[in-house]
Amino acid sequence: MKKKRLIPILLLRNGWLVQSKEFSRYQNLGNPETATLRLSQWASDELIFLDISRNDIYDLRRDDLGCANRHTFLEIIENISKVVFMPMTVGGKIKSLFDIEKRLSVGADKVSINTQLFNDEKIIQKSANEFGSQCIVASIDVKKENGKYFVYSNGGQKREDYLPIDWAKKVESLGAGEILLNSIDRDGMKTGYDIELIKGISDVVSIPVIAAGGVGEWSHFGQVLSETKVDAVAAANIFQYSDQSVYLAKKYLYEHNFNVRPPDLLEI
Amino acid sequence: MDKKICILDYGSGNVKSVFNIVGSIVQNTVISNKADDIRTASHIILPGVGSFGAAMEKIRHKIPLDILTKEVLSKKKPFLGICVGMQVLAAKGFEFGDHPGLGWISGVVDKLDSGQLPLPHIGWNNIDIINSHPLLQGLNNNQDFYFVHSYVFQTSNQENIIATTQYGQRFNSIISKENISGVQFHPEKSQKAGKLLLSNFFQMR
Repeated sequence: MKKKRLIPILLLRNGWLVQSKEFSRYQNLGNPETATLRLSQWASDELIFLDISRNDIYDLRRDDLGCANRHTFLEIIENISKVVFMPMTVGGKIKSLFDIEKRLSVGADKVSINTQLFNDEKIIQKSANEFGSQCIVASIDVKKENGKYFVYSNGGQKREDYLPIDWAKKVESLGAGEILLNSIDRDGMKTGYDIELIKGISDVVSIPVIAAGGVGEWSHFGQVLSETKVDAVAAANIFQYSDQSVYLAKKYLYEHNFNVRPPDLLEI
Repeated sequence: MDKKICILDYGSGNVKSVFNIVGSIVQNTVISNKADDIRTASHIILPGVGSFGAAMEKIRHKIPLDILTKEVLSKKKPFLGICVGMQVLAAKGFEFGDHPGLGWISGVVDKLDSGQLPLPHIGWNNIDIINSHPLLQGLNNNQDFYFVHSYVFQTSNQENIIATTQYGQRFNSIISKENISGVQFHPEKSQKAGKLLLSNFFQMR
């Protein structure tokens, strides 16, 4: 039987792994490559890397290495793909089929696209034809205002005219293979997933929905898996702050009879 | 004989992921379509993503099939096909038309009948072992592997079926005949279990 997936999201800002709160406040957590190794050892089912830099400066600040050590986002992904052997989704700053190809060529299995979908709807169709729809993840960021949900682009900065349900149906019809659904209000708040939002969307599309935003304890994963039809549960911050986080989250779900892979600790 | 792994190069998109994991097990690993590398290899891997017809066309164009056939069918070199690389072992594939395959293991490749479940079948799913096989040394029945596919290898030769998987229908996830094996999932994306399966393959003679 196919398993529900537990997916750490790694937010990279100028080459650093960061914690994010409401898409606006960031705190440095360190080197993304060492963090990824740990997440792999704790048997994550998949990883999502999002480049949320507002400019093109990358600096791991490893002056102690005695040589220039500036890695671009893509170099970081390439280094990671040499040491972790699992499915990886890469997003951020994707504007064209060429951008997608570059990310696949450094080891990504899928790409996640958000802002460019509003500039060029056809990019989904074109890229699904070229690389297969299994490869194209539509990322949808949602914010609640006066009791109504709205879709946002540009890293949570621009409100779009679509209601989330309509936009989700539209990206599905255009050929997206999955939806990564993130709540801006819940980002970094630890109060749990926005169940109403996630249920609304996972009920109306048949492609897999990955829920993100708001996890503060393991039971939040269980709640969204019980109450909605999501195929995967994702989180960022919570996986960075405790030893064996993914292992413990999976152990919780496995022991509560959720359909996940058995918890495991891997030697890489 | 020292081990040398040849990952066949025909323009398959995921060849680097396969190289990364195989190279971490056996240092002497090449991505190549040169006759010399195929001849001197101890083990040969055919990776694959994409559709049956497109893959076969590239394979015919880029790989010296006469030499590969001799090494695999006459000299019985261990051979592993991954995903579409497994599917092309069949005589025929029905994805986007009717395409001839290598025909090394009897069978055809047709669409996965997933019922209500979405296609492609993407994600972690478990295998059920039907026949024991050296590839499965140290792996449990029910082991999960990472799948991405819409088509499946169908064969009436029960002895060639090593493991099956359930997704709407039951399909063949590992097949084998003598020195030739194929896996529908992606060992290069299946973490520890994938690495163990590949290590087992490199122990085969």
